[in-house]
Amino acid sequence: MPDMVEPSSSEDFVDKYYSYIFLKIVIIVGLVITVFLVAGYAITIGAGDVTMMETYNYIFHHIIGTQYEYRSPDWFKDFAIWNIRAPRVFAAIIAGFGLAVCGCVMQSITKNPLADPYTTGISSGAVFGVSIGMVFGFSLGTDFGNLGLMFNAFLFGLIPAIFIIIVASNSGRSAATIVLAGIAITYIFSSLSTITMMFADESTIKKAYLWQLGTMERVTVDMLPIMFFGVLACSIAVYVFSRQLNLLYLGTGSASTLGLDVSTFRSIMVIIVALLTSTIISFTGVIGFVGLVAPHIMRQFISSDNRFLIPAAGLLGGAFILICDTIGRSPTLGWDIPVGVVMSFIGAPLFLWIIIRSKKGAI
Amino acid sequence: MELKISGVSFGYSDTSVLHDLWVDLDGPQLVSILGPNGVGKSTLIGCICKILSPKVGAVLLDGKAVSEIQLKELAKEMGYVPVASSDSFPMTVVDAVLMGRHPFSKWRTDENDLRLVYDTLCRLEIESLAMRQFNELSAGQHQKVVLARGLVQEPRVLLLDEPTSNLDIRHQIEVTHLLRELSREKNMLVIMISHDINIAASYSDNILMMYKGGIFAAGRPWDVITEENIRTVYGVNCQVVDFKGKPHVILDDTMKELPDIDWKPPYNSESHPTLNAESQE
Repeated sequence: MPDMVEPSSSEDFVDKYYSYIFLKIVIIVGLVITVFLVAGYAITIGAGDVTMMETYNYIFHHIIGTQYEYRSPDWFKDFAIWNIRAPRVFAAIIAGFGLAVCGCVMQSITKNPLADPYTTGISSGAVFGVSIGMVFGFSLGTDFGNLGLMFNAFLFGLIPAIFIIIVASNSGRSAATIVLAGIAITYIFSSLSTITMMFADESTIKKAYLWQLGTMERVTVDMLPIMFFGVLACSIAVYVFSRQLNLLYLGTGSASTLGLDVSTFRSIMVIIVALLTSTIISFTGVIGFVGLVAPHIMRQFISSDNRFLIPAAGLLGGAFILICDTIGRSPTLGWDIPVGVVMSFIGAPLFLWIIIRSKKGAI
Repeated sequence: MELKISGVSFGYSDTSVLHDLWVDLDGPQLVSILGPNGVGKSTLIGCICKILSPKVGAVLLDGKAVSEIQLKELAKEMGYVPVASSDSFPMTVVDAVLMGRHPFSKWRTDENDLRLVYDTLCRLEIESLAMRQFNELSAGQHQKVVLARGLVQEPRVLLLDEPTSNLDIRHQIEVTHLLRELSREKNMLVIMISHDINIAASYSDNILMMYKGGIFAAGRPWDVITEENIRTVYGVNCQVVDFKGKPHVILDDTMKELPDIDWKPPYNSESHPTLNAESQE
């Protein structure tokens, strides 16, 4: 965001500040429109000819309850859009939104621009939880199936999350320490996941492997509600506390003397992040970098106030994963590349760029 | 208002830092805490504003132990300006200062809060930085912004950890002078940690000199800043002269060996000083 002209009076200053806020809202509205357009385009990709306008039209008619004659061309198009393509597109947006929100939260509570569920090892913990669920059919929850896997992911994602908070709350630990600790945790859980795979039969290995790469293929229409409401509830919970998250930018001491019970607040936020990450990961597998890159980019445009950063980063994250997934399944490639792979291919260089460009004190 | 530090002791895990501190601070004024590095100055401030909890003893604000006051309520009474740090997240100076209004503000940014922020920035002569990115400022500018945040909180007790460490001499004097003025204007008890004995002596109502985790001396500048005290506490030879009615230290050289005296804190529950403001000049 460009620096503004020096204000000349108190009134002028107030006006300038409010127009600055207005600009942020305009950016967020712009992102909503972008996601809407990208989603419309993404649905047109694939077998069968549907234009973007038709897509919106079919979705609108489906929502208002229009019925088509069974097996008529309209019925086929409606079926393809609503049951095959749209779930994948929605899932991509939801996953991206949730992971980017996680990034905003982790970065605020660790006061570290390199923190996200992936770099802090939360994702790898969640993956291990799902892996043992897939291979041994072992779930710590009562339900086995998607909810059971989710519960496993949550429980094992919590371990690295708590560890990172302990490391980060010790003042004097630099940002680099937190990321290095995250890498170490990622290695531990990856090796555990690999060991788990050794006990699996061939088809489970293939299934688990593809899932670990991060893919939207497994998402079906009946999974969407859990994913949607899970991410929605957690995001709202986080958003309500965005002003408190802002205080953590100032450090523990200042946050506490401005009225925030830091350790309790941090614990609550970590549990929400673990829940949010596990909800997404148990459906889509690991998708790295989005939680890191989306908040980072949005910070440059609308600064770090979480009241605006969280929705903006979330929307950008949604668009980001959707674009990556659409590239991965583009017909010109001829085969489906898992979204996690595309994301890493684009995200990792961006990550490097952030590290190289970051100013003193950041690393 | 009255701030009582009664018998405070504190330690980090197994190392003891503060031992049995007793002092009463009464009424609006500027108090400077002096003392060598590692003596426990920041720890004392941390104990006062509840960032740290004393192992023994209590800090009382108007007779009520701060440990009993809810953080949200305490934030309306007491402000804290931390020692200089770096920030890696982009944020405008206005937003960074506005957070000082957190204990009083609601979700939406209030117009009166914005006016207060602007007036405070003007007071510190940094209004031209208002829309700049906080993390891209120089160390001195950064320090003034953090100070502005403490001021907009409008607490009754303001604690500052080395608020002038990154400022040039002109700004050091200006900020210290401003803190004295504000203590009168806003009826505020301002307690700052300082390493500049002469600036502290010219503007403070009272000085608290710390030594080996205790209070070595507390009172008016002339009573605390003596050649003898500076030799013992800092291990530095010096001459104290009268400059415009205030003690002024002319540093000589360091002593070969730090004086190792068998020292016991002079104050206890029965006898400890009550520091109050100098009469208006």
